[in-house]
Parts: sequence; structure tokens; C-alpha cells
Amino acid sequence: MTEQTASKSAAAIDRARDAGRSALVCYLPAGYPDVQSTIDAGIAMAKNGADLIEIGIPYSDPVMDGPVIQAATTQAIAGGFRVESVFDVVAGITAATDVAVLVMTYWNPVVRMGVDEFSRRLAEAGGAGLITPDLIPDEASEWFAASEKYGLDRVFLVAPSSTPERLAMTVKASRGFVYAVSIMGITGTRQAVSSTAEKLVADTRAAGAERVCVGLGVSNAGHVSEIGAYADGVIVGTALVAAIRDGGVPAVADLTKELSAGLIREEA
Amino acid sequence: MVDAPSGNADNNAADAFLQAGSLKHAPGPYFGNYGGRWMPESLIAALDELEDTFEKAKADPEFLAQIADLNKNYSGRPSLLTEAKRFSEHAGGARVFLKREDLNHTGSHKINNVLGQALLAKRMGKTRVIAETGAGQHGVASATAAALLGLECVVYMGAEDCRRQALNVARMQLLGATVVPVVNGSQTLKDAINDALRDWVSNVDTTHYLLGTAAGAHPFPAMVRFFHEVIGEEARAQILDQTGKLPDAVCACIGGGSNAIGIFHGFLDDPSVKIYGFEAGGDGVDTGRHAATITLGKPGVLHGARSYLMQDDDGQTIESHSISAGLDYPGVGPEHAYLADIGRVTYEAITDSEAMDAFKLLCQTEGIIPAIESSHALAGAIKVGRRLTEGKANPSETVVVVNLSGRGDKDVETAAEWFNMLDEEGKVKGTNLSTRKPKGPSDRAATEAVPATSVPAAHHAAHDAEDNEVQN
Repeated sequence: MTEQTASKSAAAIDRARDAGRSALVCYLPAGYPDVQSTIDAGIAMAKNGADLIEIGIPYSDPVMDGPVIQAATTQAIAGGFRVESVFDVVAGITAATDVAVLVMTYWNPVVRMGVDEFSRRLAEAGGAGLITPDLIPDEASEWFAASEKYGLDRVFLVAPSSTPERLAMTVKASRGFVYAVSIMGITGTRQAVSSTAEKLVADTRAAGAERVCVGLGVSNAGHVSEIGAYADGVIVGTALVAAIRDGGVPAVADLTKELSAGLIREEA
Repeated sequence: MVDAPSGNADNNAADAFLQAGSLKHAPGPYFGNYGGRWMPESLIAALDELEDTFEKAKADPEFLAQIADLNKNYSGRPSLLTEAKRFSEHAGGARVFLKREDLNHTGSHKINNVLGQALLAKRMGKTRVIAETGAGQHGVASATAAALLGLECVVYMGAEDCRRQALNVARMQLLGATVVPVVNGSQTLKDAINDALRDWVSNVDTTHYLLGTAAGAHPFPAMVRFFHEVIGEEARAQILDQTGKLPDAVCACIGGGSNAIGIFHGFLDDPSVKIYGFEAGGDGVDTGRHAATITLGKPGVLHGARSYLMQDDDGQTIESHSISAGLDYPGVGPEHAYLADIGRVTYEAITDSEAMDAFKLLCQTEGIIPAIESSHALAGAIKVGRRLTEGKANPSETVVVVNLSGRGDKDVETAAEWFNMLDEEGKVKGTNLSTRKPKGPSDRAATEAVPATSVPAAHHAAHDAEDNEVQN
């Protein structure tokens, strides 16, 4: 991994590691139900135990998302969400807290703004980098150049179906951490976390990754605790989106606190 | 009436790129700056497996023999090339020939691709295929291939499209497929593709995604084209046989672009042949209500490929509009984007109104009811014929081949409404026959188990597939 500018995501994960636990990574889409709520919820998550925050850009064709996130992002777009508002969200959270804030986005909105322009504005807003669910390193030459130029983290995904060759290539291409999807599927809450996740984390580490976070289907403190035992970070999305939908910012704060309790290790 | 070609069409540019080599058989993953794989990592292994299986099959005489046999003895190929003599009078007197993909089994070119991909699914040991459909043509074709080859089939179809094309929903169910109405987003074709992709990522071990057009991530564009190349190869041989020369122009309609790339392929390396793709202009390209992706779109990534795309300033996909459900898609195959940029193919928009005029004209001059999709190509051929014969003493020396990609049986209701043939209750005027109103449940509804548009069964269906005795 290139580390000529310090990676904000790596630093946040390392701080949690120094405290003897995994990092808690919390996701919410920007503009749901409105931009100010996303900022408030982001700050609330940071104050209640989130180490990293992932802000999603609502997109018209979110093929990796299940019904809860789709409904939220569809509503955000219908409510007039504009892509550039994501920079306000990032700036609003980073100004008030010291968490690392990443943007999670499907690739076309970045292409449309221009990869360099998007990256410049994200860095200016204090963002840590991008998580790119439909961009693989094979297609990412523009993003490599821009992320190097602005010192942004490149978080690519690995999946249970990734071959050893692709794991090695993706680990090498990533900066900050690698996002391991726990199961073959889309976002959404699930009863149990698949056992494939632990093997994927081990394989990704074996391929050279220093930090691996696990996401998809992680919905409660029990899951967080289970995954926290072997991963460097645990990513929660759908459950938080349902919380803001049903109970607004206070519900997000409560759930974050509950989730972070899952990371406290008795022996640590 | 004779419009200037919009944009990048200079057919004299043909020489320049032909010097650089053949345009046929472009293997992907890239077509110039377009194509590629803009897909979640979870699906890359499946795309690699598909690519590998396809490349091996292409070089396997046994596979090619299977395809040839099905084409001949199941689909009814070769399809005819019919001279449309009375229609030609409206195209400036140019001789217009129709490549009769409407005569294939299931009524369109779609069968070529589904048979090929279903055979590949079997080769990969998959027991289940999923497909997206707009009007239902690709869904019906997929259900047909699945029935023939003993595969489970789930078709994703926008809820809005299900209502508009209820008869095709019933067709798919009769063929044994499960139809899942898609209620996300705009509830049309692009959202059906999104849901099919979500199913695929969740069930990829057992399931092949039988994509219906020459778009999507590599290897789909090159692979779908391969299965449709037979259209162009037949048409080229047939026109040489019937006229003794190559045509002056070839015309096809473009949604995702699979019928078009199939017939274009036969003529790409013939510099004297002008090639035209006709996009859906909807209410008109100035109205914002259209599907003229190449004419007005901008490059972007959608559904796995970089190509032209109808999108707003934020990169959000814009909903397309066309009277033809098969062309109602805001993207286009990447090979077309490339052929547009290098000027080998000229892309123009045809409005709903122009297409419906051509629809009626073909009905009444040739006794052929065309699909509304194909009617865009017919309307384009009228313009091209007039353009190419302008000022010529002997217009019949000009030859135009049109890909008649599908038949119009499915479009009778739309056409009846368009041509004001219905009364206020939706009945065909002067009759008691309604094209729209439900006639109530059939008598056997209580005892027959064919479900109405049914529950999304995708996930358990995948688990059940291994034990399904119907598989062979």
C-alpha cells in the first residue's frame, strides 16, 4: 500500500487496535431524510463509538443494495439530493469530530463530476477516501492517479468468490483498508453472519492486507462482537438506516452505542 | 422530410479505419474507450467463468454444431430475406429488403442469443437462469430456452411493464418460468436489470444471468453479438444471391443494440455499405422524453459497461421513454458507442410518430405486422432510401437491407390505441372485444395452479434447484 500521505482510515483503525478492539464502521446515506440530519447523525455516531463513518451517495441504480437502503436512497433522490451535498456532509462531520469519514459511492456519479474534481473536493472537505462497490482495481486507473494526488484512501472490496490472484491484486491496489463482503449477496440485515467471512479475512491477510474490515448483513451487537474477534473493523449499514428511518438521530445514537458495546473485550 | 444525419456520420471515414484492420469479431473487453467490467467484485469470478466457457465453446466444433442444429431445426433459420416491393415506393424507389427475424420461433431475433447462452449455462453446470425483460420478448425467449434445455427460469420484469404486457407474463408462466414483478425505482427495464443483478450476486453458484442484449460487463457484449452474428452472415449471402451485389445501406433499430450488432457485423468490413442505427426518439429528442442514448447521452458506466448513457448532471440515470418497450432503455451496448465515435455507423433518432407511420405502412403495403421496435428501422430506411436516391435517374439501383427484428403481434393493443381504433372503454370500435379490460378469472382459476405474477422466489428457488427432479 502507498502511504506517502498518512491514511486517515488506517490511523482510525490503528487507534482502535491500540485500545485493544476492532474498529466500528458506521454507514448512512447522505440526504436521508435530509442533509442536515445526515450530518447530525454522523456526529452522533462519532460520539457514541464509531471510529470510521461511511457516507453513501444516493444513486439511481444501486445494484449492491437491498430494500432498506434502496428505499432510503430513492427517497433522498426524490427529495432533491445533489451529489455535491456529500461534501457538505463530510465537512460537517469532520469539523465536529475526529472520526475518519469515507464516502461510499457507485462509480458513475464520480465519473460524471470528473474523477479528479470529485477527489479534490472530497479531500478539501476533509474526507478520508472512497469505498467503491462497483469499481474494481482493473478499471481504476483514473482513481489511482487522483487518490495519489490528493492523499485519499482507496477501499476496494473482496468477496468470498475472489480468487487468490484477485485477492493479491486487490490488496495491493487498496489503501487504508480492504472491505471484505461477508457473504455472496447484497446489503440487508440477516439472522446470522456467514462463516465464510472469517476465512475471507484470513485469506485477505495472507494476501498481504494489514487491515481488513467486514461488512454486509452485520446488524446487531452480537454480530459485531463475533466479527470483531477476527476482523480489524466491523461495518454496519442497513440496521443504522432502519434506525434513522424509524427513530431519527436519537435512534442512531442509541444503536451505535449498543453496537460499540459489542466490541469491548473483557480480557483487553 | 430528409433529415441530415445527426453527428458523427461520415461514411467516407470507412477507409481510414479499415486500413487499421477488421472491425469484425472485436473480442472485448474494450471497444475503444467503451466496455470493460464496472461490476462488484463478487461477480468477477462468475464473469471470468463465463468468459472462459464461452471462449472454449466458440472453438469447440461440437458446440457450434449444437447451435447450428438448434438454429435450423428449432428456431427455423435461416430466416428469409424478403424484398418489400410496394413498401419500397415510399423509400424513394430504393429496393428495400427485409431480414425476417420476425419469422424465428418466439417471433424475434432474441431466440438466437438465449439458445446460445442457455447451452453455455448447461456447460457451466448451472441449473437456473435468470433474465430481465421489458416488453416480455426476451423473457419469453429465455423461458422458451429454459424449457427446452430443462433449466429453472426466473424473469425479472418491471411491475409497470407486467401490467402493460400481461399476456407475455402469462406466456412466460405457461412456459414454466417464474415472473417476479420489480417494484423498485422506475419499475421498468433498467430496474429489472438491477434486480436480476442482485439475484445473480446472491445465487451465482447455481445461476447464470441470461442478459438479453449486447450490453453489460465483458464478456456479454461480445458474446451476445457472437450469437446474433448469424443474422448478418445470412443477410450478406442472401442479398448477394438476390441482387448480385452488396447493399448500399443496412438499417436496424437500437435499444441495447443486439439485433443491430448482429446484422451490422456482416457488413462492418465492407466499406461501401453505409450502416445506420435508429434509436427511439420518443416524443422527440427536444422533449426530454426519448431513449436516444447515443444521439443525446454522455459517456458513463451503467450495468457493467462504459458506454453512452442517459444521465443527469449528477450521473443519475434518466428514465427513457419510447412507445416501444424493447427500445425503452437509457443505455446502449459499448460496441455501438465505439462504432458511433469512429463514424463507421450513423445513429439517428426516430420518433414514436415516425415509427408508427412506418408500422402501418408495412402492414398495408406488404402484409407484414412488424414489431414497433423494428418499425423504427423501417422509418429510418424510408429516410435513408430517399436520401440515397435523391437526384438519381434510376433509384432502383439503390439497395437497402432492414433488419425486421421482430413481429408485431405483441404490439396490436398499442397500435390499436395509437391509431384510434378503440372506444372509450378500450373496446375495438364496432365490436365487444376489449384489448384492455380484464375479462375476469377463467373458469378453471380455482383448480389450476398457474400462479398470477408470483412471489419473488429467487432465494429459496436457488436452494431447491439441486433437488429439483425436473432438471436433466
